[in-house]
This record gives sequence, C-alpha cells and structure tokens, in this order.
Amino acid sequence: MSDVTSSGTAKRRARGGRQGGETAAGWLFVSPAVIILVLFLLVPIIMALWVSVSDWGGRGSPVQPGNAGFVGFSNYGELLGGETLEARQFGQALRNNFYYVLFVVPVQTIVSLLLAILVNNKMLKAKGAFRTAFYFPSVTSSVAITVIFLFLFSATGAVNRFVSALGAEGPNWFMDPRGLIHIFLGNFGVDTAPTALANHGFLGVTWWEWLSGPSVAMSVFMFMAIFTTSGTFMLLFIAALQQIPGEVEEAAMVDGTTAWQRMRLVTIPMLRPTIFTVITLGLIGTWQVFDQIYTGSQGQGNTMTPAFLSYQTSFIGQNWGQGAAIAFILFAIIVTMTIIQRIVLREKDTIPKRKRFYKDGVPPVAVAATGGSTGSAGGPTAAVAVAAVGEAATTGDVNSEVKE
Amino acid sequence: MKTITSYDGTVIPVNRSRPLRAGTIVLYVALIAIALVYIFPFLLSIATSFKTDADAAANPLSLIPATFSTAAYERLFNASNFPVWFKNSTIVAVIVTLGRVFFNSLAGYALARLKFKGRGAIFAFIVGVMAVPGVVLLIPRFLVINQLGIYNTYAGLIVPLLVDAAGIFIMKNFFESVPPAVEEAARIDGAGTFRVFWSVVLPMARPALVTLIILSFQGSWNELSHFIVSTNRPELFTLTRGVADLAAGGLGQGTQFPLQLGAAVVMTVPVIVLFFVFQKRIMNASGGAVKE
Repeated sequence: MSDVTSSGTAKRRARGGRQGGETAAGWLFVSPAVIILVLFLLVPIIMALWVSVSDWGGRGSPVQPGNAGFVGFSNYGELLGGETLEARQFGQALRNNFYYVLFVVPVQTIVSLLLAILVNNKMLKAKGAFRTAFYFPSVTSSVAITVIFLFLFSATGAVNRFVSALGAEGPNWFMDPRGLIHIFLGNFGVDTAPTALANHGFLGVTWWEWLSGPSVAMSVFMFMAIFTTSGTFMLLFIAALQQIPGEVEEAAMVDGTTAWQRMRLVTIPMLRPTIFTVITLGLIGTWQVFDQIYTGSQGQGNTMTPAFLSYQTSFIGQNWGQGAAIAFILFAIIVTMTIIQRIVLREKDTIPKRKRFYKDGVPPVAVAATGGSTGSAGGPTAAVAVAAVGEAATTGDVNSEVKE
Repeated sequence: MKTITSYDGTVIPVNRSRPLRAGTIVLYVALIAIALVYIFPFLLSIATSFKTDADAAANPLSLIPATFSTAAYERLFNASNFPVWFKNSTIVAVIVTLGRVFFNSLAGYALARLKFKGRGAIFAFIVGVMAVPGVVLLIPRFLVINQLGIYNTYAGLIVPLLVDAAGIFIMKNFFESVPPAVEEAARIDGAGTFRVFWSVVLPMARPALVTLIILSFQGSWNELSHFIVSTNRPELFTLTRGVADLAAGGLGQGTQFPLQLGAAVVMTVPVIVLFFVFQKRIMNASGGAVKE
C-alpha cells in the first residue's frame, strides 16, 4: 500500500462503508459456530451445574419445575465426605487415576523426547519410516487399540506366552486388582496394613489403600497410554528440535562438548517450552481416562476413574446430581493441576510470561482440552496440529505454501 | 578424508559421519527394535483376525495362521451389526468433516479478517470454550441433547460435533497469515463478502483445510464418548460404540478374539488410508516451519 495521502479520504470512506457491511457479514459468518458452541458447550455446562446441586433422578427435564429439587452442595459434600459407598468409590477412582497420571505423564514425556532425538539424528536414513512407525498407534482409535490390548494381555495371550517363555508366570492382567506397591511389599512379608494406616484415611479410602500403587490392570492401561501418545508428542518435539538453529549445536561442538553435554546443556534447555507444553497436555489428557475403561474393563480390577465413575453414576445409577458433581470436581482437579504445574515449572529467565504461554501458537490448556475430547488413541492430536499450524503461521511458512 | 589435528594431538576427522559409524549401527538397531514394538501389535492383530478361534487361543504369538480362515470377517459382515455401525460411522464422519470445514473456516475467516463489533468477545468465548475438558461435557451434553429432543437421532450424533473451537483457531491463524492483497483486489472488482470468501479465500486455504479434514475425520471417526451419551439405539451405533460393546462380550459367549480383532482392523482402515494419503502433510506439518 504505497499510494497514500491523495486517496486517503476516499479509502477511509469506503472502509467505513464496508465496516457497516462487515458487521452484518461478520455476525452471519460466526453465527453457526457460535450457536453450536453455545448450545452444546455453554448451555450444557450451565445445565449440568444446576443438576449437580439438584436431586434430579433422570425423569423428565431437569429444568422443568417439579422434576428436580435444589439440594445445595450435598452432592459434592457426600462425595468428598468419605462416609458413603459413593464417596469410597470416588476416593478409589481418584487414587487409581492419580497413579495413572503420576506414571504416564513423566514416562510419555521422556519416551517421546527420546524418540524425537533418536529420529532427528542427522546421520539417520529412512527417518520418515521410523517416524511413521512410532506415530502409527496414535492414528488408531482408543477403542481399536484397547481391543488389541485386551487380546495381547489376556490370561493366555501373547504377553503371558512371552512371559512364560522367560520362565515366569504372568497374571490375568485386566482382571488383577492388586496394587503394584502392595505386591512389592508382599514380597517382604508385608501383606496386611499397619493399624496406623488402616484406621485412618482420606476421602473414604484408608492410607494403606492409597499406598497400594496402580493395580496390575491399571498398569496395562498406563502402558497403553504411553504406547499411543508418545508418537504424537514425538512430533511436537521433532518440530521443536528443528527450530533449534544448527549453528547453536555447531558452536557447542567447536567448544569441545560431548554429545551428552550438548544434549543436557544446549538441547534440553532450548526445548523447555515444548517440554512444558507436553507436560500440560499430558496432565490434562491423563485425568480424562474414559474410552479405554469403557471398552476394556468397565472399572473392574481397580481401574475405575473419575471420568468413568461420573458416567456410570449418572447413566447406570441414575444419580445424576452426583454424576455431574464428579464431572465438576474433575474439572477443578484438572485446572488446579495445570496451575500447580505452571508455578512449579516456571521459567525465571528468557521468555516473558505471556509469550511463554503462547509459545506454541496457542494456549496449551485450551488446546489440550480439545485434544482430550477427540476419541483418538493419540489423544491430543488436534492439539499438536493446532500448535504446529500456529507455529507455521507465525513463521510465515503457510504463506509460502499458499504461493506454491 | 580430511582430518585436523587438535591441540592435544588427537586427530579429528572433518567428515563427521565416520567416527560415529559404530554409534550409528547401535542407533539403527535400537530404532528398529523400538519400531517393532510399536508395529508388532498391529501385525499380530491382522494375523489373528485370520485365525480360527482355537488357533488364536493356542498360538497367540504366531504371525501366521495355522489354517487361514476368513470366518471372523464373514461373521462380522454377515451375522452382526457391523455393517450398520460402519454405515453410521461413515455418515457421521463425512457430515461432521464437511460441516467443520465449512463452519470453522467461515468463523475463522470472520475472526481473522472482518471487522465487526463483538469480534473480540467472540474470540475470547471460543478460547474459553477450548479450555473445557471433553470428559466434563459427557453428562452436560446428554442433558441438552435430551432437552432438545434429538436423543437417539442422527442430529444428536452429528450436530454437536459440527463445530470445534480448535478448528476455528486453526483457520483463524491461517487466514491471518495470508496477505490481504488478493481479497482486496476481488473486493474492488465488486465481489460481496461471501463471494470473496467462497471463491477467492477458501481455494487459497488448501493447506489449512487439509489439516482440518484430517483432524475432523479422524476425530469423529474415532470418537466414542459422545456417541455413548447421544444414543442407546443399536441402529444408531457407530463403529467405536459397537466394537466397544463387542469387546465387553456383546456378541455371544467366549472371547472370540479373531472376530474382535477383525473389527478393530477394519475400523482402523479408513483412518490409516487417510493417514497414508496425507502422510507428508501430517509428518511435516510440524517440521515444515523451518525450511532447510
């Protein structure tokens, strides 16, 4: 736009005229999206908030007078009070999911980072084939992958056949409710709870039970999660690795560093924002375990999770108020976890706060949630794409593609 | 090969690939081993789906069926609801993909380009909406679907998925990166806003649209939880819902692994095809930002 001044007024007038037209067009363009999002995201949340403080039993509409009564926060209170059977179930579900998060998030971050570094090696030929292989499980649906794992880990299945070839005896994986830590302690003869741990507890679950570790069955789901998400996160790390300018590494090489030193002192620090994103996405995704449990165990073998319990309480138990309350407590947990993570992993230097938040083009929290709602086994695939496209857009790559 | 001698007398080859040869072999071995771990379950599933029930139980680790049998597939296609599920998944995924491509790019374009009152508020709303974890919406969605009277209808399966906030975000980001000159030219020629969008902007948006198509199709094809809360009629089950119930023992007694794995294999084929068609795009979408 080099021609200025002379046509300035005319242009301004034209733009002013168009702006009036643009308001109508703008609203027309966004209205389908906004209507659907309001109708199926905003309204549902408001309705569910109401249901979570009501005693709605599933008959008629919860918003019509007479069908549901206001009960205050008793649904929440009951769940967190630890007295009732429901509270106990909820406590156990939280414990199961807690161990799931505790193991899956760090392991999947490390595995995906390692895969990315291995695959990104300059000497390597056939990078594409390896990337494809590692990404492959992320493409399939969580249902299909669970069916496959049900087969692999069945009592007389492939894994146990392999285990027995090594001279050991595998458990009936998906049915086994024993906690790993309890099993470990059992090896040392500690198989009953010390009274101090058995008599006290939290959320209706004794401390001894809290210390059970993930159940054998849950461990299979954890392994499956790492198997299916590491490929997706690997792509994020590869993208980040390729953003590191070659000169940085060469400079470090000239300084006489070993490969390990370069990794630890140069590469990892430069990957920090991506590591941060992957952990955030992981935290959000792992608190939402549902599809696998629905398909694989229906909560048997100590694999109940809050997400599945919320579904079961509402749809099977017809206790809608409590089911909705579980969903909101889960929401609160996810928000709290991401905030805590943000504080713990805060970077004191380099990237300013705001910019860090948008490092990958989008707020990670926002994107992660959407990833979790798609049914892909790979979970946050959408998130990765958003991040990637965001990044591409900021570096102007998309532009160049348009011109091609 | 050229070498340089460093101050302490060690000879450093200039060509970096040579001293790493042993390391490179280790790298290849490690990568191939890991790749096998990632791929083997799928190969085993395909093999097992062609076994007889007895063979599958007796030789779970074998990649070659003792007797090649298509019985599982025959049962799947002739004696189960599998074809119905497949049809429903196709209907839902195709409509959802088309809807998302259209509505997301409409909204994304408006948010990126058109100046109108309330734009900032709408964008803030969309970002806020993205922050809601999907699982939290299970019960809430059912409540609204039920209230609207579209429970157990195709509308209930499809409409809530027709727009996704992440997709709008992708399109908005993309349109912001396109230079506005082309559109301005079309506008000066007197084209209306929709016309500019439809015949000028959208054709330029191919790379972003491809991303959107991949994500939408894969997302809606693999979706499970929404189809659990939006229907309980077997005629409306999608593949994910049907196969999940099958895995829980819905079709007769016994484990029937060939049948279940056959179902898992067939339901994976469309997303695999999509993946290989757009493989370059998926694999390089993330890596493409830096052109070397």
